[in-house]
Amino acid sequence: MVRAVGVNRTARRAALLLAVLAVLWGLWEGFRALGTHFNWQHPFPVNGTSMPHIHDMIWALFQHPNSSSPLLLVILLKAAAFTAKEAALGFAMGAVGGFVIGAALAHSRMLQRGFLPYVVASQTVPILAIAPMVVIWFTSPQVHAPAWIAVAVIASYLTFFPVAIATLRGLQAADHRALELMRSYAATRWTVLWKLRFPTALPYLFSALKVSATASIVGAIIGESPSSIAGGLGGAILNFAQYYTFQPQNLWATNLIAALLGIVFFLVVVAAEKIVVRSAPEHVA
Amino acid sequence: MSVVEISGVSKEFKGGTVALQDIDLAIEQGEFISLIGPSGCGKSTLLRIIGDLIEPTGGSVTVNGKSARRAREDHDYGIVFQDAVLYNWRTVAKNVALPLELAGWDRDKRRRRVEEMLDLVELRGFGEHHPWQLSGGMQQRVSIARALSFEPSLLLMDEPFGALDEMTRERLNAELLRIWQASGSTVVFVTHSIPEAVFLSTRVVVMSPRPGRISKVIPIDLQQPRTAATREEPRFFELATEVREALHLGGLVEVTA
Repeated sequence: MVRAVGVNRTARRAALLLAVLAVLWGLWEGFRALGTHFNWQHPFPVNGTSMPHIHDMIWALFQHPNSSSPLLLVILLKAAAFTAKEAALGFAMGAVGGFVIGAALAHSRMLQRGFLPYVVASQTVPILAIAPMVVIWFTSPQVHAPAWIAVAVIASYLTFFPVAIATLRGLQAADHRALELMRSYAATRWTVLWKLRFPTALPYLFSALKVSATASIVGAIIGESPSSIAGGLGGAILNFAQYYTFQPQNLWATNLIAALLGIVFFLVVVAAEKIVVRSAPEHVA
Repeated sequence: MSVVEISGVSKEFKGGTVALQDIDLAIEQGEFISLIGPSGCGKSTLLRIIGDLIEPTGGSVTVNGKSARRAREDHDYGIVFQDAVLYNWRTVAKNVALPLELAGWDRDKRRRRVEEMLDLVELRGFGEHHPWQLSGGMQQRVSIARALSFEPSLLLMDEPFGALDEMTRERLNAELLRIWQASGSTVVFVTHSIPEAVFLSTRVVVMSPRPGRISKVIPIDLQQPRTAATREEPRFFELATEVREALHLGGLVEVTA
């Protein structure tokens, strides 16, 4: 009985997903059909180049971009795997770094006053300005790290911030009665951190990790061009953007794969959250 | 030796509010003391000072002959708040085991004690539930089990049944008396319910506000063990009236001051 309900729910979710995709498809193709029929020039000229058919984008995945290359899907999956490696390392470094920074700031009001403004300011510096410096530092003959490591560092620059802020907030979110209870047990600061503050912070932390998971992919894609990495999704985007006028569907297909990679990262965090956080039903996002 | 010895305790908060002034009170082994008074009379503040959760600005408190701080560090008391303050990410059993975990008990000993405590508060079989699956009254029983799990000689309770409906409250009152007698501990109980204070206590300490003072200490000579019938005895009403009048006297002083 319970099982039947579960299957039913899964079926309903799948139906909802299909319905949403159908609506999005309808909007795209509908706009495109009207635009080409009435020859719209605003906000942009609507034609086969600016808005290729969705079925053409998907079809393109199973074509060879040129006669000597493998299937576009194969090229893109390889590129996605490469970018995923950079993003995963960047995500891990950003998450750990963000947590450490957040915990340090939560620990001391003085540190918070002194450093929080710079943590915030770090995010107003465009990542495009940071990326070339990171590449120069990490690929210098002295450090001699592979270029993809530099990309991971660039990705971590985008991911640490939400985690740091969420950690700071989460570690300070413990209810004051719950803290009093710990005080009544004469618990040490360390015990309070691990038995109370950290579990309280987990839901905050996972909200931030979901944001960071997708941001790490954006960071990796952006970081690939100053690192001269051609084998990732960033390289693929630059490459297909050059030939956009002739094969616009290839760039769109690349975007689809990049979006899918982001969704995969997001879902991994959601799965981890389901395992780790056992909060009250109303707290489950 | 008194379990709790309060002498000349005052508490002034930042900004000049005098929460407590010159409080003297000695609480003996096995007593059940209620602190009753209107909001702002400092009853919760006094409880927190006994538990060394806040420090008095004047006077001294000893618990079991030690400073309040030392007593807290020695785990001499358990505390129950108005909200159960259970940790939502822990099961009921793990919530009860929390103080044992902090005191370094091994797993087997913890498990056995948790079973005993859940039996005591009649929640056998709920150990693997999470707090949000329980009613308010059941949650409060879990927090009582947690407070008693390490057998403290003193139990501090800050309006523990204040958020519950009248029927649940009366049932838990009776249950608390049974637990108090079984455990032999001393209880300091903050409340603003007159029947609750009279029904539970061996002595009722009536307090008045601004500044928080003890206006009267009323011994409750109702027979033990107390039952539902106790609430219908003429003596129960007499004592309740005495407490009520002492409370209003405190209020009157405030108006003329």
